[in-house]
Amino acid sequence: MSYVNPPTPPRKSATFDDATLAEIRRAAATGIYDIRGGGTKRKVPNFDDLLFLGASMSRYPLEGYREKCETNVVLGTRYAKKPIKLKIPITIAGMSFGSLSAPAKEALGRGATLAGTSTTTGDGGMTDEERVHSQTLVYQYLPSRYGMNPRDLRRADAIEVVIGQGAKPGGGGMLLGQKISDRVAEMRTLPKGIDQRSACRHPDWTGPDDLEIKIIELREITDWEKPIYVKVGGARPYYDTALAVKSGADVIVIDGMQGGTAATQDVFIEHVGLPTLACIRPAVKALQELGMHRKVQLIVSGGIRSGADVAKALALGADAVSIGTAALVALGDNDPQWEEEYRKLGTTAGAYDDWHEGKDPAGITTQDPLLAARLDPISGGRRLANYLAVMTLEAQTIARACGKSHLHNLEPEDICALTLEAAAMAQVPLAGTSWFPGKGTF
Amino acid sequence: MCGIVGLFLKDRRLDSSLGSLLSDMLVTMSDRGPDSAGIAVYGKPTLGQIKVTVQSPQAEQDLRSLASDLEKAGLKSSVEIKNTHAVIDTTADLAMVRVFLASRYPQVRIMSAGESIEIYKEIGLPKSVVDRFGIRQVSGTHGIGHTRMATESAVTTLGAHPFSTGLDQCLVHNGSLSNHNNLRRELVREGIAFETENDTEVAAAYLTAEMAKGKNLREALAGALDDLDGFFTFVVGTKSGFGVLRDPIACKPAIMAETDSYVAFGSEYRVLVGLPDIERARVWEPEPATVYFWDHAAAA
Amino acid sequence: MPTFDLSISSLRELNTALHQVEEGNNDIHFDILNPRGHHAVAVGIAAHLTVDIKGSVGYYCAGMNDGADIVIHGSAGPGVAENIMSGTVVVEGDASQYAGATGHGGLLVIRGNASSRCGISMKGLDIVVQGNIGHMSAFMAQAGNLVVLGNAGDALGDSIYEARLFVRGRVESLGSDCVEKEMRAEHHEIVADLLRRAGISNVDTAEFRRYGSARKLYNFHVDNADAY
Repeated sequence: MSYVNPPTPPRKSATFDDATLAEIRRAAATGIYDIRGGGTKRKVPNFDDLLFLGASMSRYPLEGYREKCETNVVLGTRYAKKPIKLKIPITIAGMSFGSLSAPAKEALGRGATLAGTSTTTGDGGMTDEERVHSQTLVYQYLPSRYGMNPRDLRRADAIEVVIGQGAKPGGGGMLLGQKISDRVAEMRTLPKGIDQRSACRHPDWTGPDDLEIKIIELREITDWEKPIYVKVGGARPYYDTALAVKSGADVIVIDGMQGGTAATQDVFIEHVGLPTLACIRPAVKALQELGMHRKVQLIVSGGIRSGADVAKALALGADAVSIGTAALVALGDNDPQWEEEYRKLGTTAGAYDDWHEGKDPAGITTQDPLLAARLDPISGGRRLANYLAVMTLEAQTIARACGKSHLHNLEPEDICALTLEAAAMAQVPLAGTSWFPGKGTF
Repeated sequence: MCGIVGLFLKDRRLDSSLGSLLSDMLVTMSDRGPDSAGIAVYGKPTLGQIKVTVQSPQAEQDLRSLASDLEKAGLKSSVEIKNTHAVIDTTADLAMVRVFLASRYPQVRIMSAGESIEIYKEIGLPKSVVDRFGIRQVSGTHGIGHTRMATESAVTTLGAHPFSTGLDQCLVHNGSLSNHNNLRRELVREGIAFETENDTEVAAAYLTAEMAKGKNLREALAGALDDLDGFFTFVVGTKSGFGVLRDPIACKPAIMAETDSYVAFGSEYRVLVGLPDIERARVWEPEPATVYFWDHAAAA
Repeated sequence: MPTFDLSISSLRELNTALHQVEEGNNDIHFDILNPRGHHAVAVGIAAHLTVDIKGSVGYYCAGMNDGADIVIHGSAGPGVAENIMSGTVVVEGDASQYAGATGHGGLLVIRGNASSRCGISMKGLDIVVQGNIGHMSAFMAQAGNLVVLGNAGDALGDSIYEARLFVRGRVESLGSDCVEKEMRAEHHEIVADLLRRAGISNVDTAEFRRYGSARKLYNFHVDNADAY
């Protein structure tokens, strides 16, 4: 007796899913690794898995407006003659002129200044636009040293020694030929139109013992005026923080894997570096054990999106947060108004990440003057300032509900977790319990 | 993460100054290593005697009866207590002394064993380490010191360098190894016991294991270039010798000075400025991936 | 003629005084005694001073120098004249690693030997070394000239951009994308000029060979993947 096989639905593989298959084909066709911008796109344990407890019978909320919830922060109190005073604990992270257009850098400066906070230069050096429009400017000191000079060092408000960033802990800067315009080439002392190869280690020091000497040199050059930040990607946050303190840093910046880059290998972004949430408690623990919590300030970055994220980072012990990707989105990056152009580039609004190609329809991650002209720095700055204001108000709303008159008084005990991973990383209990992995019993 | 100092004396008339010269060199490296410091000194051996340097947090109390206990166990020894350390000078069999200590004084840690070597290491600034053990008064033929800024393991007494994994052998390290965990597991399988999670201890144990297989120090160090990965400047001491090795990338600093009277090593030039006749010394930086070795026995 | 004895005065006092020289107040000469391996000596100068350092220095001596003429009567630790913008730095003795790192302009002269990574990431300065240079020298060197009268170690000019390298002695090995190039009349002139400015005479520029970028790594191609 014969029978007919009933129809069965085609079954795809979880291991060799569509994205994986497409990537293998792309690699086979080109012989080059996939390069893109942004931070990790996959879901990792993050702040969404944490909740605040709020007010109740034992904790009383503050009234809105009348009862103040302060938001200011001072960075660089350890050694600097002129620490940085910010109105809000949200700064703009380092992004280079070169990866971003000049109007974009100007917009960031304008927005940050309206909000009373700082911006940071990136791998290309300091532009006059940014220095003029940003009231408080942090100057990055990177392995490439493109454009590094003592005049800019002295007109900066702080110096950020970059050891790494969350998207690629151990990777150097990357800027492809299509974005190395005349101006970028001149600032970086590179031939126009070539693919920039960057160093991943500093040229004249390796290790915290030599960093200590380098920091002294930087302080001597700037007469001990400026706070010195040390920035690392999320790798060994406990030891990295302790070593940054021992090297003499005023401020430590830790950037988790959700943190964006202008361009690097996708494999680096997705498979190296810790999620931001996993970095905070170990870093704070190191500071506390050294008696340096609040004396050496901690800035956390990598996927900060809302006032809730700000409040959670502060509750876990950070002094401030930094935003990169979110600031660009506020300016207009990946905006649906350019959907037709995204389609022509083979993508869609919200998914566009080939920033290294320099064809950004929003005019932000490009050096093309026609595209760059689409971003009006003044309205862009206004939008950024609006977004920062909303984040601040959101954080204050949460903090008031927790009875805090200053954002800095948020504590880990104000938080609980929804998942095991978040509980373990944040070291706060699962909602409704007093337990997290690593802590005693229920 | 660290500062290294080393001094190998060619002129026997300088032996009585070994301690004070090394102490000054060590204290100069405090900035590079504020967490802990250690020093290995090689003194004159006494025929038939072994020295075991031990450490205990409350040495005065814990070790008060050590000498008489050893005597009662048939292991005739003299014991000199120096702050948290003590030096056991014994004619007894070393293996039996180890068994005795493990069973009767389990809280005590063995820092070094050998005919010439004594190792002192503690948490704290180099100056305090030097003072509490009276290093300035020590005399000897060669010595190595280390100031530590801990990178990936805890700041503890045991975590301080030098590490001694064999008789009269010790090693100090500036840098960061990257395959020490795998290597540790292999060495454990070969029967070596480890006391810390420290990468340097693995390097020391590796050299000891290689020399136990018949290699001399020069050959063992050459093998290290193949088997150890990462960044390192090593300074190694043996009973009559002193070795230096930098990895092929050679990012961690190393500077040496030589005169007719001594060979000196420092992580920075500052270390060497106080040495006699430094103005006329030959000062150079060791090449990467090159073994340097000086031996009293060879010179004799 | 200010004199600072670093066995008495602090580094802070010295560097403050060097930074406080008023514009137009040139021709001031500083003597620095007993440096004894100190770090960050005479860093960040931004005036046309002359400085004599009587002894050996530690790391980053003359870092970010912009305009001063500095002589070190001794040897220099790692990073001498790092990021120099203009002016001259002369090391009478030897220089440790990273000499002239990332410098944008000016002239660095080393009478003895320079160690590894000499001229790393250089961005326009000129370096003249009378002795030898160590491995990985001129790594990612972007612009400027490196003239070496002695020998060069392994991996010279690895990943080099547009800097020009002139070596009179033996080159142990060349780095990625670094190749020997033709010495033309203009190159002989560059070398002759630098030798003169470094106070070196009786050296024939014909004895030098030129090395520079093959420019194969300027745009990524999969066939060059081995070079990375």
